[in-house]
Amino acid sequence: MNGPFEFTLGLGDDALIAAQRLAEWTTRAPEMEEDIALANIALDQLGAARLLLTYAGELEGAGRDEDALAYLRDDREFRNCLLVEQPNGDFAVTMAKLLFLSAYQLPLYTALAECADERLAAIGSKTRKESAYHLDHASLWVKRLGDGTEESHRRMQAAVDQVWPYVAELFAAAPGAPVDPATLRPEFDATVAAVLTEATLTRPETGWAPAGGRDGVHTEHLSYLLAEMQVLHRAHPGAKW
Amino acid sequence: MNPREAAAAVVDPEIRVLTIDELGILRSVDEDPATGRVVVTITPTYTGCPAMDVIRADIRRALTAAGHPDAEVRTVHAPAWSTDWISESGRAKLAAAGIAPPQPVRAPGVVPLTLSVRCPRCGSPETEQLSHFGSTACKSLWRCRSCSEPFDHLKAL
Repeated sequence: MNGPFEFTLGLGDDALIAAQRLAEWTTRAPEMEEDIALANIALDQLGAARLLLTYAGELEGAGRDEDALAYLRDDREFRNCLLVEQPNGDFAVTMAKLLFLSAYQLPLYTALAECADERLAAIGSKTRKESAYHLDHASLWVKRLGDGTEESHRRMQAAVDQVWPYVAELFAAAPGAPVDPATLRPEFDATVAAVLTEATLTRPETGWAPAGGRDGVHTEHLSYLLAEMQVLHRAHPGAKW
Repeated sequence: MNPREAAAAVVDPEIRVLTIDELGILRSVDEDPATGRVVVTITPTYTGCPAMDVIRADIRRALTAAGHPDAEVRTVHAPAWSTDWISESGRAKLAAAGIAPPQPVRAPGVVPLTLSVRCPRCGSPETEQLSHFGSTACKSLWRCRSCSEPFDHLKAL
């Protein structure tokens, strides 16, 4: 495979699967403004996914476009991290997922904007602007819920504990990649620590750290998500607007 | 009509008071010396914005009408679009249409001085943000505490 194909595919899949999960909140959010906000964030994630998957297809050189990559691969061919494929759970779990994802994507996209690969630099300079709003949104909610009522605090702490194990995989070293994710960990830790402190929440100890997403080994959740996301395209291959 | 005027007249389908020129989406309109084909270069606002596909189609339609059926629409992502690119006339039209224009984009690291967002209806600075995300990707939802009207604000990007 030429160039950063696997790396680019992984980032594209992260954004694509995150978009699909966030879109599941449409018509189910706790209030109208939040319904629109999560749909908007999903749209931004999908926009990034389209740019990244299109580039990945070109790098692969097998004639696969963004649709072929998004709709015609099975779960073993997906390279997204396990964090994004986890079910949404309650609103606190979704905000914990979004906090950790955006606190990872913002420094990642910012670093991409400076990396040697021209195409990824252009994508990074675009997506970092949008992911700053995602991090801001998630941080606000985690603080409100954490430092809110006894019930919201309990749920938010439980959500952080539940999602935390999936953070480690985000920063697995990839020395050859245009941006080595391991170098992003300090900024991630600082961002998350500040939010959790203000939210009166405690950061769990790092113990069990599931991984495998970058090699196509996924949890049982991904194939159900793909079945729903891909069914229309697979039922009508090559359909166009 | 020359190709530049034709392309510059295309309006944003969501914010119909602004043209893609005023929004800063339209970067250049050139004639390829070798083929004589017109090449329109644009930079998208938000990566996921569905209006961009409509804008591309509208540009092709406008150029076909202006006598350039084989015009090409090219998308360039770098440098990334910023709300700072919106022209003065564009900002005035936004305010007149009841949408509060964007603040200047703060360079990262500059001490964030939060300027007040004025209500496009009554001009009061007594306004508050209801949600970061409004009716479209580029807008947030605000409310004026003076005249208590809700309004959209184009987020600085």
